[in-house]
Amino acid sequence: MHFLFEPGFFSSAPVRTALVIGAVTAVVSAVVGVFVVVRSQSFAGHALTDVATTGGSAAYFFGLSPLLGFIGGGVLGAGAMNLIGVERERRRDLATGIVLGTALGVAALFLYLDTTNGATTGATQQLLFGSIFTVDPSTVPLVLALSVVALGIVVAINRPLLISSLSAELTRARGINLRLVAVLFMIAMAVSVGLSSIAVGSILSTALLIGPAAAAVRLTKSMRASLALAAALGVATTWLGILFAYDSFYWITSSQGLPVSFFIVSLIFIVYLLSGLTFARLGFGRASRSRPSVVRRASRDSHEVGA
Amino acid sequence: MFSGFMVNAWEVGTMVAVVGGVVGFFVVLRGSAFPAHAIPNGAFAGAAGANLIAVNPLIGLGVFSFGAALGIGALSRRGRSDAVTALALVMMLALGAAFLSLSTQYEPQIFSLLFGEILGVSSSEIVPVVVLGVVCMVAVAALYRPLLLSSIAPDIAAARGLRPLRLEVAFLVIIACATTMTVPVVGALLIFTLMLGPSAAAQCFTNRAGRAMFGSVAIALVTIWLALACAYESNWPVGFYVSVFSAAWYGIGRGYAAWHSRRRPARDASRVTTLAS
Repeated sequence: MHFLFEPGFFSSAPVRTALVIGAVTAVVSAVVGVFVVVRSQSFAGHALTDVATTGGSAAYFFGLSPLLGFIGGGVLGAGAMNLIGVERERRRDLATGIVLGTALGVAALFLYLDTTNGATTGATQQLLFGSIFTVDPSTVPLVLALSVVALGIVVAINRPLLISSLSAELTRARGINLRLVAVLFMIAMAVSVGLSSIAVGSILSTALLIGPAAAAVRLTKSMRASLALAAALGVATTWLGILFAYDSFYWITSSQGLPVSFFIVSLIFIVYLLSGLTFARLGFGRASRSRPSVVRRASRDSHEVGA
Repeated sequence: MFSGFMVNAWEVGTMVAVVGGVVGFFVVLRGSAFPAHAIPNGAFAGAAGANLIAVNPLIGLGVFSFGAALGIGALSRRGRSDAVTALALVMMLALGAAFLSLSTQYEPQIFSLLFGEILGVSSSEIVPVVVLGVVCMVAVAALYRPLLLSSIAPDIAAARGLRPLRLEVAFLVIIACATTMTVPVVGALLIFTLMLGPSAAAQCFTNRAGRAMFGSVAIALVTIWLALACAYESNWPVGFYVSVFSAAWYGIGRGYAAWHSRRRPARDASRVTTLAS
């Protein structure tokens, strides 16, 4: 037992907080992430994490809670991307990139001001790479409330979301407001990215959003199964990552251990690579380059409903 | 402003803008904004790792950026390319975080890797920048027509026997080359904004390929010169100015395209459509 769990793992309060926050953010990210992957919006998802960095660095500068900064920045960024144009695929990438680049430039300015003011040491590293062990336990209720918001939005718009990622004509035919759906979804993404920014740091929260979801979409054939598997993979990799990071304090005696985010992201990456392997090896399903089962299933569903 | 270390900054900045403008033209045309962001950003981990084992950061950057280009290319064959790009990026960033936590590095150095330290470029850093820049330009010149054709008319390119995946990998390698050259001096984030904003603006002003490419180089040059002057005057990070000016150019370009299409609705000015230069 001691080989796996170094002394004091379960009795340590920071670890308990980390396990709770890690699990909650992993589930929210995974659920939102499945839609992100199906809608091919990984770039937008990643860009929101960088915009959240800007919000976080601004929050540091003004002495606000970083969580508020992460989420505020993300929501503003989501609005800006939608404003510039998300309707055409090619232009969408460009709009995302422009907003992302500007946000990073502003983040550079705030981080520079943070470090020259000298009030907060380690702001750059803390913001970008995070540390789940230093999360204040008093933020747990806020994290839970925001998780409910993000999940609530996704549940409320899950059908229009899927249909609009299939075909614009179908969406219009059914009288769905494409723009509204896109904006609401971006807000859900921004909230979930803000949450995982506290856990693994803002630039690595992309991993929690995309990784478990991409692996799950590859391995399953229905939307429900994808969501469940993505959530399970997210929680498993997060908890294992926390365990390894805690243990690494004991493995490497010379330093203060390796960052949690490193372990979580590595585990997620390995899971994604393995999902490709088992898929090919076991041969259940179609070639991986064809459209994901989730989308086909949704189109069938929508035909049934529409008929 | 034009003496001492600033001379190096002007020289390197000009070189970076030329390469950024040329490569950026294809980044915008092909819609490869995400890999153009992911490769430089992830390559920063290579520099951090090189610092850890005390080798030249340029080697670390090279290994990571070429590794990223080839890895994204290989994994995209089997998976969704945007998800693959995102995951490759975060994996490299996570490695970077691990390297940083193992080393006793000073925070300003992390900051300068990410956001650039063009005002502190030493003379010895200029030679590798120039060499890699020339390699980049030669590669773009050699692949100019196939890249252009496969970006504008993928079906014609396929009919002529061009392999889209191979071209994509070749293009990613060009981005990697530009990355290796620029990250040590301008930071992982600046080169991305320099590739995107000016080129996107130039493609709003004209829809001829050659003009758009020269336009994007010209706008990139103006952007970086202005940014250098402002950074020198205000002491704020140069990356901030470059990103804000790039975005402003894009805004101007979109405004022009909207105004232009209202006057002549038949032409979509925001898209390169002609091969003629």
